[in-house]
Amino acid sequence: MAEFIRPKTEEEFEINFQQKKPLMNPTEAYFESSRCLFCYDAPCIQACPTGIDIPLFIKQITTKNLTGSAKTIYDSNWLGNACGAICPTGILCEGACVYNHQDVPPIQIGRLQNFATSYAIHENKNLFKIGPSNGRKVAIIGSGPAGIACACELRIMGYEVDIYEAKEKPSGLTLYGIAAYKITNEEVEREMDYLKNKLGLNFICNHPILEKFQLDELETSYDAIFLGIGIGPTAILNLPGEDKNNVIGAVEFIEELRKKHHEIKVPNHVVVIGGGNTAMDAASQSARLGAENITLAYRRSKSEMGAYGFEYKLAISSGVTSIFEAQPISIDGKDQAESVTFKRTKYNNGKLETIEGSEFVVMADLVIKATGQAKNSSILNLVEGMHTDNKNRIIVNEVSFQTTNPMYFAGGDAVNGGAEVVNAAYHGKMAAKGIEVWLNSFK
Amino acid sequence: MPDLNINFAGIKAPNPFWLASAPPTNSGYQIMKAFDAGWGGAVWKTLGVPVINVSSRYGSINYRDTRMAGFNNIELITDRPLADNLKEIEEVKKYFPDHAVIASLMVETKAEWHQIIKDVENAGVDGIELNFGCPHGMCERGMGSAVGQEPAVLQTIVEWVMEVAKVPVITKLTPNISHIVDPGLAATRGGSNAISLVNTFKSIVGIDLDSFAPYPIVDGKGTNGGYCGPAIKPIALDMVKELAQHPEIQHVPISGIGGIETWRDAVEFILLGAGSVQVCTAAMHYGFGIVREMKAGLEQFMTDKGFETIYDFKGKALPNVTEWKNLNLMHKVVAKIDPAKCVGCDLCYIACDDGAHQAIRISKLNGNRIPEIIDENCVGCNLCALVCPVEECITMEKRDDGTKFKSWEELTIENNVPTSFDDELAGGKHHFVPTVQDALKFRK
Repeated sequence: MAEFIRPKTEEEFEINFQQKKPLMNPTEAYFESSRCLFCYDAPCIQACPTGIDIPLFIKQITTKNLTGSAKTIYDSNWLGNACGAICPTGILCEGACVYNHQDVPPIQIGRLQNFATSYAIHENKNLFKIGPSNGRKVAIIGSGPAGIACACELRIMGYEVDIYEAKEKPSGLTLYGIAAYKITNEEVEREMDYLKNKLGLNFICNHPILEKFQLDELETSYDAIFLGIGIGPTAILNLPGEDKNNVIGAVEFIEELRKKHHEIKVPNHVVVIGGGNTAMDAASQSARLGAENITLAYRRSKSEMGAYGFEYKLAISSGVTSIFEAQPISIDGKDQAESVTFKRTKYNNGKLETIEGSEFVVMADLVIKATGQAKNSSILNLVEGMHTDNKNRIIVNEVSFQTTNPMYFAGGDAVNGGAEVVNAAYHGKMAAKGIEVWLNSFK
Repeated sequence: MPDLNINFAGIKAPNPFWLASAPPTNSGYQIMKAFDAGWGGAVWKTLGVPVINVSSRYGSINYRDTRMAGFNNIELITDRPLADNLKEIEEVKKYFPDHAVIASLMVETKAEWHQIIKDVENAGVDGIELNFGCPHGMCERGMGSAVGQEPAVLQTIVEWVMEVAKVPVITKLTPNISHIVDPGLAATRGGSNAISLVNTFKSIVGIDLDSFAPYPIVDGKGTNGGYCGPAIKPIALDMVKELAQHPEIQHVPISGIGGIETWRDAVEFILLGAGSVQVCTAAMHYGFGIVREMKAGLEQFMTDKGFETIYDFKGKALPNVTEWKNLNLMHKVVAKIDPAKCVGCDLCYIACDDGAHQAIRISKLNGNRIPEIIDENCVGCNLCALVCPVEECITMEKRDDGTKFKSWEELTIENNVPTSFDDELAGGKHHFVPTVQDALKFRK
């Protein structure tokens, strides 16, 4: 019997997808914040990609200056609320908390951050001041965390900003790419609405930028362009049978799930191919949707998985079975996928190869590929003089986030190949500053 | 098994833990429950002409997540008729003949004092406590701390009391005075059988930042209260010591009061000469059951140390409390950090660098956050050990060999102390101090 009963209603969905870092109540926040030691040159700050002054915002919670606490957070990270819930804090701020060194549980920094910012959002506090107009305009392509952070930062510097979004709603992967037990749609949208209202963000949704003439128009109308375009759909594996309609990409699966919740039906036998965090998310969520047998298959060994240990443990604790050193050879079945054939792998002179005669078959009526995303190469190729590296990541200056086409700046997954929301938020903020420095250089 | 029984100025009790005169001793019901919970005595909430109290009576300060680290009240003496209290005293004494029931009293005229003493003695009290302490409300009417602050008046009233009292009399002092010895001497000279201290400190416990009124707020206004709770213990200990060391007072039994919540607190008061301790805030915070920690702790302490009764260690710390001028200037301790225990919070580093003597460095090489003591700069101030959040991580190591002794007093006699502003003998003359410009390297 599987761990989870299939959710048939939104209520049942919420039970299965119970938030991993639920909102603290004031008593919990008061006690937890009181434990903070206020370390000197605190390791948690150093571990935060956006460098939030964590001891300060925690102290502000203890002293009941929640507005100030939220301000401290947003001063460094425009996705302060979302990041509190979804950051892998165990390997970032909380992992660096000095309490770990004495086997005392670290301060729950993420939840405290979420608590303070939730207060500011709920109370509609004014934390920011839109800068006096400087007459400059920037186009942001993509409303994911990188684009949002860039837009917010530009607004307080006095820029006009238009954010072009291909999808129906802003937020990008914060809304569509995060496992549903990490943050709710409502919470993501609340922060987005809050930022939009407070900073006058202008979203132009359902408006993909795919053609050269569109870029030409943007180049004429704006002083600079920021690319926060993320990465593309799940890559093709070139496996026989991959084209069957019950073979889907993990990114697409997660997006579908976030949109449809309990209305999405997973069959009983799910095979997830991959060893990264997205694979773990897809497997954990399949389990929570009530699938009975979920097999996570990775072609290398356990220690080589890209996924964080805690994400793997979460998948296993949700009832997922894992197979290592197994490479899919074909997806089999008549019209629909019915099974996946694997071969065992081994290293030969440092090269991974399959072992002859080691085939085995795993039943599958849904195959989820979490084997990396293809690149949005189309748009990349349209920007003149903008270089990418051998993995098709946009090459940027690491301080200004300016691309090799000076008018274009970029950040987020398009630059780092796929990382955390917090990394994208940092890129966006830095790029805004880079844009300011670059435009000022023409004065 | 240690014997916790005490005989305090003739008042016998099964243990030294008494409830102080306060809200927990407002009624016979409460005192019955307290004795059943393990308290050895109780000082009945002050009797006198009953008062009318306000609603909204207490305020407190929280320290981080610790509630009521300091507590403040504007409640007055009993608001119940004397007859009701006397009847309950009688009943309690029937149930608990061996427990100490002491009546706290506060009246104005000599006639009232004589009358009420007779009344409470008839009810069967084991002793009387004179409330010369409350710093709120009653003092405006010439009682409480108004008496305690005027040693001559205090002595006169004690003398009135001693004219008639047949049971032992304890005089309770206010700490709202610059020199506690003055009222202590007055009580002694008036013939008081014992002294208890301290009553509460005059205080404003906080201001409401929305209504701009002091806590506790009574319809938009407030008044000073009496401050008590763990926060006041250090000041109370010092005052107990002042009396216990005074040649003319030291024979007088002292009941120690002020911020006692644990067995450790109680033992400290006893080590400074207290023969019983009185508790209020802890009982108001945790209920009467808190005494089981105090009793168990005291018994364990006495067992561990081989003390059979509290008289085996009463006042044992007094010879070690001396004046600054007698301290050994040759004594030298230096901080030592145990790197295996250090968590790298670096609070010791910044405390020393900003708040003390710049005697700790952090290399930060390869992210190493473990601080190092710079021995030659360390003055042994203890600050790093005090701020360190890890148990026994920073210790203070003795560096002198214990053979040399030189006090300020001796140096003064030898003419070996600095006397001019730029004296060569200045203690910090050759001690390391960073340059003014060294501060600039921290600028961002």
